[in-house]
Amino acid sequence: MTIRPTLAAALLATAAPAIAATHDIAPGENAQEALQEALILTEPGDEIVLAAGRYELTDGLSLDVDGVTLRGAGMEGTVLDFTTQAGSGEGLLVTSDNVTLRDFALENPKGDGIKSKGADNIVYHRIRVTWTRGPHPENGAYGIYPVESDGVLVDGAKVTGASDAGIYVGQSNHITVRNSIAEANVAGIEIENSRNALVEHNVATRNTGGILVFDLPALPVMGGGNVIVANNLVVANDTPNFAPPGNIVAGVRRGTGILVMANDKVLIENNILAQNPTAPVMVIAYTQGFDDERYNPLPRDVVVGDNLYDGGGYDPQLDGAEMLLAAFGGELPPVLWDGLGSLSAVEGTSGWSLNLTEQGKGLDAAQPGPLAVSAPAGEFDRSGIGAPSALDERLGG
Amino acid sequence: MIRKAIFGAALLSAVAAMATAPRIDTDAAIMDPGMPRTLSAYGFFADPAAQIPNARVTPYRLNTPLYSDGAEKLRFVYLPDGTTMAADGEGLLDIPVGGALIKTFAFGEGEDRRLVETRVLLHRADGWLALPYLWNEEQTDAQLAIAGARVPVVTPGGEAISYRVPNKNQCKECHGLDGAVVPIGPKARNLSHEWLAAMVEAGHIDEMPRDADQLPVWEHRDSANLTAAARGYLDVNCAHCHRPGATASNSGLDLRWEQQSPDAVGIGKRPVAAGRGAGGHLFDIVPGAPDSSILTYRMGSPEPGVAMPELGKATVDEAGLDIVRRWIEEMAP
Repeated sequence: MTIRPTLAAALLATAAPAIAATHDIAPGENAQEALQEALILTEPGDEIVLAAGRYELTDGLSLDVDGVTLRGAGMEGTVLDFTTQAGSGEGLLVTSDNVTLRDFALENPKGDGIKSKGADNIVYHRIRVTWTRGPHPENGAYGIYPVESDGVLVDGAKVTGASDAGIYVGQSNHITVRNSIAEANVAGIEIENSRNALVEHNVATRNTGGILVFDLPALPVMGGGNVIVANNLVVANDTPNFAPPGNIVAGVRRGTGILVMANDKVLIENNILAQNPTAPVMVIAYTQGFDDERYNPLPRDVVVGDNLYDGGGYDPQLDGAEMLLAAFGGELPPVLWDGLGSLSAVEGTSGWSLNLTEQGKGLDAAQPGPLAVSAPAGEFDRSGIGAPSALDERLGG
Repeated sequence: MIRKAIFGAALLSAVAAMATAPRIDTDAAIMDPGMPRTLSAYGFFADPAAQIPNARVTPYRLNTPLYSDGAEKLRFVYLPDGTTMAADGEGLLDIPVGGALIKTFAFGEGEDRRLVETRVLLHRADGWLALPYLWNEEQTDAQLAIAGARVPVVTPGGEAISYRVPNKNQCKECHGLDGAVVPIGPKARNLSHEWLAAMVEAGHIDEMPRDADQLPVWEHRDSANLTAAARGYLDVNCAHCHRPGATASNSGLDLRWEQQSPDAVGIGKRPVAAGRGAGGHLFDIVPGAPDSSILTYRMGSPEPGVAMPELGKATVDEAGLDIVRRWIEEMAP
């Protein structure tokens, strides 16, 4: 660890109230203690630099100091290896504001990868979280897991093998997830009970479902909406669902491209959707019963703009798939709506509807037919959506 | 029996204090900025190895304690001269600035007892500070271990485990509430009338708290009301995280003693971020069916990522699991 400027030096430098220090950490026998100690003793504005190499860690790490940067030597160079982790529910827990995490990887955390809770204005830049055995129900749930935070920027991340969601943003506001790869997770990217989220320029592939936007009942933060899913490559999300039963994503059908469930004002446009065999785009109400007056289970004002569809639901994981395929001429149209709530789509959008009339009553009353919705009325209101632009300034270097 | 021993220790401490000249400034160690490197710097103990406290350091116990791999736990509260704690109904005693809570974790009986760690909570002017101290081989003093440690111990059940001494941040994972560090244990509802009355009598608490002594004494759980024993256990072992404003608030699960909503305590509640911790089950609690409940599944697992609580224990608390299982079993479906 770099020695801090002495007190005398600090007193001399009266113009600089906070002197940022750099703490250098290297892999080795005492890395666990050295790194955790640095994460505790660091001060706002400091940078903790992880030298290249593999760090064998037995316990979860945590950071609770505002304004700290934790920087590695690249997502292939600096690897925090949690294969022998013996405690904690995640690899790294961040509970402070204005933190930047960049250029390192986590492998095989026992629970979640990096969780940041109540950590406003956090940046995840070029972070990799990998469960190296590939899809497996005993992998951790979330790779990148910001929750209850205002201001979240995930840029250039890569998550593979999460048994729930690769990149999961929950109960948060002002979010951008971009330039990231979510591969071979149950859900690639998930925006849950969150507002003002921008999901763009990502690749979601080989997940069970590519990009999911939804709201669940009975959580401290609800009322998700104002979400844009644009310019993403959502391709070949055909991995059989490997989520442990009991989780909401265990119900995601293999081959779902972009799913919107129980949300308000969501725009889906300029995405490339290919080889998502159940439904390239699926817009539905919450399927379960619930007992929470604050909760609206319907999708409202969902807009399907121009997207590039390379085919539709050619091998749907749906009840009555054979009949449906036969009825629609061998392949389901790309956009699936359950008929509940409100949806609009640009002219020429090919879709089908279950034409349900009641939420939470199952599919028995479904009367599948071609999608008949109106064109979007006016421009989608983009104001206030996405992470604060100030977070971009931390991406340099 | 146990209470007698505590009062005996308190008496001893008074005697010890009279015999020992106060060379250490306990108040300064608690209040001054920085983190004392050793436990002895606080002067809490007249005989550290025997855990005989100094003056103004009063031992206490909780009716229902937190499970920590079966560690014996020795709890003390320090009050600066001339200060008192304020009663606040059934809730936490309001410990004044300058006060401290001290908890030592030990394994082994009698001659073989080894002190492993002592955790202190210091009430400074700018809030509470939680620090862990790791005991040395000689058992003469404990060293600040802000990054935590792992120590091989043998539990009372005879299991050899790697015992985790939490790091300073992990202290906050349990002690954090609305962004601040707060005490958890000394709530009036989990303290005996007898101890509270003695503290009021001694001038250490301003008045007898209302609604004290509600949680069953853990050793007497089998003769206590089953719901009270189970809810008391969940309050003490889970609710520091599973409550609004705390570490697991985003789960929506609220296991506090005072929470009356069946949904909030997990009955028929679906998991949110349980991952494989759900164990294939659909609800936190299924009335009448502990084998189908996520709550008991996670309590019964030693596996990181599944096990609950996530911190502070490596083994399954069979006695606690048993109480919670019986409570769920007797719940009408």
